[in-house]
Amino acid sequence: MLIVGENINTSRRRISEAVEHQDAVFIGNVAKSQADAGAHYIDVNAGTFVDREAEYLCWLVETVQNAVDLPLCLDSPSPKALFEAIRCHRGEPMINSISLEKDRFNAMLPVVTAQPCRIVALCMAESAMPVTADERVKAGALLIEKLTAEGVALENIFMDPLVQPVSIDPHVGHAVLDAIKMFMNDFPGVNTICGLSNVSFGLPVRRLINSTFLSLCMLQGLSAAILDPTDSSLMATLLSAEMLLGRDEYCEKYIDAYQRGCLDV
Amino acid sequence: MTTIETLRQYINKGSIEGAVNQTQKAIDDGLQVKKILNDGLIAAMDEVGEKFSKGALFVPQMLRSAKAMQECMELIKPFFREGDLTPKGKILIGTVHRDLHDIGKNLVAMMLEGAGFAITDLGVDVSAEQFVKKAQEIEPDIVAMSALLSTTMPSMRETIEALQRAQIRNTVKVMIGGAPVTSQFAKDIKADVYAPDAGSAVIEAKKLAGIS
Repeated sequence: MLIVGENINTSRRRISEAVEHQDAVFIGNVAKSQADAGAHYIDVNAGTFVDREAEYLCWLVETVQNAVDLPLCLDSPSPKALFEAIRCHRGEPMINSISLEKDRFNAMLPVVTAQPCRIVALCMAESAMPVTADERVKAGALLIEKLTAEGVALENIFMDPLVQPVSIDPHVGHAVLDAIKMFMNDFPGVNTICGLSNVSFGLPVRRLINSTFLSLCMLQGLSAAILDPTDSSLMATLLSAEMLLGRDEYCEKYIDAYQRGCLDV
Repeated sequence: MTTIETLRQYINKGSIEGAVNQTQKAIDDGLQVKKILNDGLIAAMDEVGEKFSKGALFVPQMLRSAKAMQECMELIKPFFREGDLTPKGKILIGTVHRDLHDIGKNLVAMMLEGAGFAITDLGVDVSAEQFVKKAQEIEPDIVAMSALLSTTMPSMRETIEALQRAQIRNTVKVMIGGAPVTSQFAKDIKADVYAPDAGSAVIEAKKLAGIS
């Protein structure tokens, strides 16, 4: 299971302040805490700074990579900001994200094909958000077709079925779970990724919902998750689910986590 | 407890069947529909909005209450006479150009409607020109815009500039919101108000309409 740490996002007040004050120590520490907790990628998002997004995103890339030796998940809907951020990035980034929306696909294509990288592909049609699993898979299949036609390897594509709040639509959980399974079955080699926390918007005890949803997604074959790796109870759920799904031989990772005191949740 | 008080309670609890039956009872008792609307339905939704803002109610509960109110409205609509339905203000709302996210916008529209505003919802991917055209047509008190992407936030500025060019910026108030939107951004683009969620959108709209 690939873990993308979500904590460096300027829609969070303290991150926004740190970016504005160019507080490299604070940002570095947020990156380190996620790396120590097991993140494989660190997501960076400066989307709230509309006019200075590219500049701040580049600063985040350099600051985080000075603090931790990990590739980053460059998170922006803006091709321009991503183009700049990739130039500052060391190693192979994950680009978050591309979609079929008007203009966005064509503008993003040269950005994601210019260098080796992994790509998060949002399963939304050109002009509407998806509701059902079929709508997600239909949009996703078209994205896969277009990206592979441009030479992107299937293994580098991460399908994001777009998790929406279950408080608004009680059927969204099932729609996402079915879509994950369909992608994993119909496109062997492709990856799936979810931003989990959307699912619990508008409800109490969000951590419980997020961690339960993570286990359900993992059963369907989810290969990557964007989450808060410093949430020890969420990470404990992830470890025990991996073990129960037969992805932890001799229960080694689970026992190791226990011995490091990581399961006291 | 009076019939109206009981009605408020049903709306508050989100009991659709109870609220509808109670509304029918109020009609049968000969209560004025205007009173049912203002003292019953709208007053109850005010309480719902307040509780939601304080975190005492959650989104699905709010949705149920709004649904209950809508069903009751259907019931009393045929009884309204000319002039009975005087909304607190007219609001034109939409998700901005090239942005397809409507969950937040829909919640805001629903709560504003519950508070007694007349809502015209242009949906998603609404261009500056579409906002202006509709605003010229219906002359709203407030133009409300939502955006969820950093790439679509500049469309808010474009809409405000388009309102200016059409010389109607002074006749409307502009309210904006959405996950990446901040109060600083609202100031930067000279919007009148930033509302971070549905509850505060209602509070701010009432302030703008001069009724709280």
